[in-house]
Amino acid sequence: MKKSTVVLGIGLLVILLGFTFTGRVQAQEQTPVVVTDDQVNQVASQLYCPVCENISLDVCPTQACEQWRSLIREKLEAGWSAEQIKEYFAAQYGDRVLPEPPKKGLNWMVYILPPAMIAGGALLLAWIILGMRARKVAPVSAEQTPQSSGEYLARVEEELLKRKGE
Amino acid sequence: MTVDLGFGLLILALIVTSYAAVAAIVGVSRNDNRWVNSARLASLITFPLLTLAVVVLLYLITTGHYEVSYVYAVSSNAMPLYLKLTALWGGQAGSLVFWSWLMAAFSSAVMLRKWDRDREFLPWVIVVTMITLIFFLGMVIFFENPFVRFWGTPMGARIEAMFPPVGSELLVPNDGRGLNPLLRHPGMIIHPPMLYLGFVSFVIPFAFALAALITGRTDDRWIRITRRWTLVAWLFLTIGLVLGMRWAYDVLGWGGYWGWDPVEIAALMPWLTGTAFLHSVMIQEKRGMFKQWNMLLIILTYDLVIYGTFLTRSGVLSSVHAFAQSAIGPLFFAFIALTFVVSIWLMLLRWKSLRSEGQLQSLLSRETLFLINNLLFLGLFIECFWGVNFPLLSELVTGQKVTFGPEWYIRATGPLWGGLLLLMGIAPISAWQISTIKTLGRAFWKPFIPSLAAVGVVLALGIRQPGAIIGFWLVALVASVTIYEYWRGIRARSHSTGENVFQAIWRLTEKNRRRYGGYIIHLGIIFMALGVIGIEVFQQQTQGALTPGQQLELADYTVTYKSLAEWDTADGKNVARAVMEVSRDGKVLQELYPRRDYYYDSQQPMTIPGVRSTIEDDIYVILVDWEPISTRQATFKVFRNPLVSWLWFGSIILILGSIIAVWPTPERESAR
Repeated sequence: MKKSTVVLGIGLLVILLGFTFTGRVQAQEQTPVVVTDDQVNQVASQLYCPVCENISLDVCPTQACEQWRSLIREKLEAGWSAEQIKEYFAAQYGDRVLPEPPKKGLNWMVYILPPAMIAGGALLLAWIILGMRARKVAPVSAEQTPQSSGEYLARVEEELLKRKGE
Repeated sequence: MTVDLGFGLLILALIVTSYAAVAAIVGVSRNDNRWVNSARLASLITFPLLTLAVVVLLYLITTGHYEVSYVYAVSSNAMPLYLKLTALWGGQAGSLVFWSWLMAAFSSAVMLRKWDRDREFLPWVIVVTMITLIFFLGMVIFFENPFVRFWGTPMGARIEAMFPPVGSELLVPNDGRGLNPLLRHPGMIIHPPMLYLGFVSFVIPFAFALAALITGRTDDRWIRITRRWTLVAWLFLTIGLVLGMRWAYDVLGWGGYWGWDPVEIAALMPWLTGTAFLHSVMIQEKRGMFKQWNMLLIILTYDLVIYGTFLTRSGVLSSVHAFAQSAIGPLFFAFIALTFVVSIWLMLLRWKSLRSEGQLQSLLSRETLFLINNLLFLGLFIECFWGVNFPLLSELVTGQKVTFGPEWYIRATGPLWGGLLLLMGIAPISAWQISTIKTLGRAFWKPFIPSLAAVGVVLALGIRQPGAIIGFWLVALVASVTIYEYWRGIRARSHSTGENVFQAIWRLTEKNRRRYGGYIIHLGIIFMALGVIGIEVFQQQTQGALTPGQQLELADYTVTYKSLAEWDTADGKNVARAVMEVSRDGKVLQELYPRRDYYYDSQQPMTIPGVRSTIEDDIYVILVDWEPISTRQATFKVFRNPLVSWLWFGSIILILGSIIAVWPTPERESAR
């Protein structure tokens, strides 16, 4: 194969690939990603209003939150994932926009301390219950029981005989 | 003049309250009945004094004295009379006056009832209730005075002060800002008083508990005296919480009933410890055990009541700065800390005499199961307390605020709620003192089989979510255990007395109101649980912008946008109301009217959903947005909330059960 033919072939391939790529880009531009309100709300419900207290973005009625919902829509249209949008909002407005504290630093207390306290309570409870049961069982020794119950039975029989006599 | 009278009454009430507390202490320490009787009379006078103060404040609100800053903030000319009356508790200052008034009413009720019988405790009850009242009156008079007025200085500035600053003149605005629109709802009108009634009622058992600690009478007498108070407190707190849930569902427009907001949790926390206390006192009554634990629970509940009152209205926990700038925030915390430390110190002093008389004899006995119940309630409290307070700690330490959304709470508390349901299914059939696997198993298998059948039905319906399957099984288990318990009682009565079923149910409940009222409460809770599972697991939603004639599809339903109209009303608001048609399988079911009311006086909107409720589900439509001029295109959000009606039905059953449990039984009147 002649060298010029190879160059021509590669050149044509590059041009064709170029057209294909451009065509793809144009196709993408012509048919933008359609993002529904439900998709926006899905992401917005995972984010909290940075201004209002404890209101998720999907239900917050303020003007600011409406703009943030529009921003979410834009990001979704640009192909961002929900996780990327959440990270973007957290970077912009702080961790308070996330639905729960991220697992890092001091926040670990949230995930460790309450379950640990409940587990501690359970152990304490078990200790109390088992301790009480042990105390109940301990004083009753094998030697004492027959003697004491024997005495008791003797007293009962005596009492019954008395009553019979009456 | 009227304003000064109101303020003067508050000052007088504070003086009388302080005198009552001091006189009671003097009377007890000198063993002088004259001082104690004087303290009692003084504590009784606080009620009429505060009643007059409340009447004065209501007069100012209803007659539009907008020179009073509180009246200006919570009332307006356009508001109807009934709303003006509820404005008494529509703001922080009025709420604190209302709280104080209820406290005076309840302490008077205690003083008027059986003074001779409970004479040993009552002087100390006066001290505790009056100290609580002094704190609240102090807050009202020095920091949250509802009688403060507007004054104009010669420099043209507006000042809020009780008495005229030099050279200033009274400023009288023509109209007020009006009550927050969110509070103009029937649920919200009754919700705060119910919550406050619950809060204040819990002060009474706490006062008796402290009296028991101080006097050394640490047997179960204080519990028997306050048994009904505790149930009444629990009932009111429950009604308050349920009304709050209904209000959130009807007004907040997010399709749910519980958002795990700090204010909601503030009211839930004393309910959790109070419910644990209600169960735990039964162990002390039956077996003389866990006296220390009961003391701790009632102390905790009291301090959570104070904390709840503070949190509900102040909003100062929203940030460290808000807390630091708030005058009442640190004082509330100081009072909570002081009462907690003093109460615990008193408890430690009596630690030995609070030791259990009985012993736990079986791992499956009812008292052991009640203890596990207490652990779960305390676990719920710990999670809630942490969720509410950690954001403040985080901001303090790292400067970074964090949020706790519903997902976190559901994950953290879900297993604990499930555990409580399981206990509700086991504890009623376990015996006091001795209960073995054998005895429990013999009683358990009969109600257990129908609960498994319910799981079969759930699976046959195509439900596969593990959470829902477990939830429905627990609901079925509690239902069959409760019905089984009733059936056992009915059968026993029928055999011994020949009564028919209805007579037997009536007599059973009448003879043991607390037990059978409690079972009805359990039934109410499982109906509520059905609603919770329905909405938490199966809720569906969709949103879309529609032009008239267009539709949104959700599950089997079609919601069609018919029209939208906008107009001004005589009571000062702008209403935008849409007409929506709900249909299923081509059949029109109902028209709904979601709307958005905009209040001109307070410049706040309020979203009111259109709701179609059935026992199967709710279709809940919200008007999100619309084009104001053409009103052609509008955005709607539609929710399908399965089984949510059962939540409200269960609440009614729960309240009925509580009323049965609370109802007096004269022949068994307590007190030994």
